[in-house]
Amino acid sequence: MLILRCPYCGVDADETELAAGGQAHIKRETVGASDEAFEEYLFMRENPKGVHFERWRHANGCGKWFHAARCTETLEVFGTYSAQTTEPPKEIRDKISEKRPGWSWGEFS
Amino acid sequence: MSNAVSPLQGASFDGFARIEEQGLRGMITLRGDLADGGFGKAVAALTGCDVPDTRRCEVKGDYAVAWMSPDELLILCPHSAAEAGVAQLSKVLSGTHYLAANVSDARAVFRVSGEDARQVISKLAPVDMSPEAFGAGDFRRTRLAQTPAAFWMPNDKTIEFICFRSVADYVFALLSRAATPGTQV
Ligand SMILES: [Zn+2]
Repeated sequence: MLILRCPYCGVDADETELAAGGQAHIKRETVGASDEAFEEYLFMRENPKGVHFERWRHANGCGKWFHAARCTETLEVFGTYSAQTTEPPKEIRDKISEKRPGWSWGEFS
Repeated sequence: MSNAVSPLQGASFDGFARIEEQGLRGMITLRGDLADGGFGKAVAALTGCDVPDTRRCEVKGDYAVAWMSPDELLILCPHSAAEAGVAQLSKVLSGTHYLAANVSDARAVFRVSGEDARQVISKLAPVDMSPEAFGAGDFRRTRLAQTPAAFWMPNDKTIEFICFRSVADYVFALLSRAATPGTQV
């Protein structure tokens, strides 16, 4: 079972306390965007075998949204971090680089 | 004024632990900046309690304050004092970014007591209930089978639960079934 540490309340929450929120760090396109950009925002998602960034909510807990970096292949969790960011923090990226040298995901590496 | 009653009106069950519905309890949801001095003063003035640390609760007489999330507390008080409590908080906090709401009648409270009370919870919630991991003063929001709940331990043999009033029946059945005599794990 997937266990993620909620960065807001510190609980090691198992999957049954959490609600999945899909891919992280999606940039919202809005009025004035081209059709291509809006399609990208609305429908196109990463589907990696390996490093992945997601949004989760501690639904049966403190209720807060947060981010998680994990591996879709091994279910290894690299870390969780605040929702108040538009990119993975350096310490998380460093941790991933240690374990998956040369990784890349969307615009991040 | 209608006569307020608790959802199960004091229903109880005797298994390897005793389950009791607790009757009416006043509850105030209070949101704001927990680290703000003025916010802390408002909480202390009403309850006599400090703002609790993360996942902790503070108790003083009839009042208790529980940590719900980084920007939310739950104040427990006598049922008849909740409305006045909201009014007092609103007066003191007016002008700051806050929310105070009387949620007393949207909640149910249960008590599980006995030597093996912890086992009842272990069966229903994904929480480490060993005495080293959870004890008096701790407060935990989680789920009980399929419904959200929160609990704390007034002492080592007693656990108190809050859930939504609309699922009080379900929670009472869960707790009673989990405490069926002879089913200790
Ligand atoms: Zn949490």
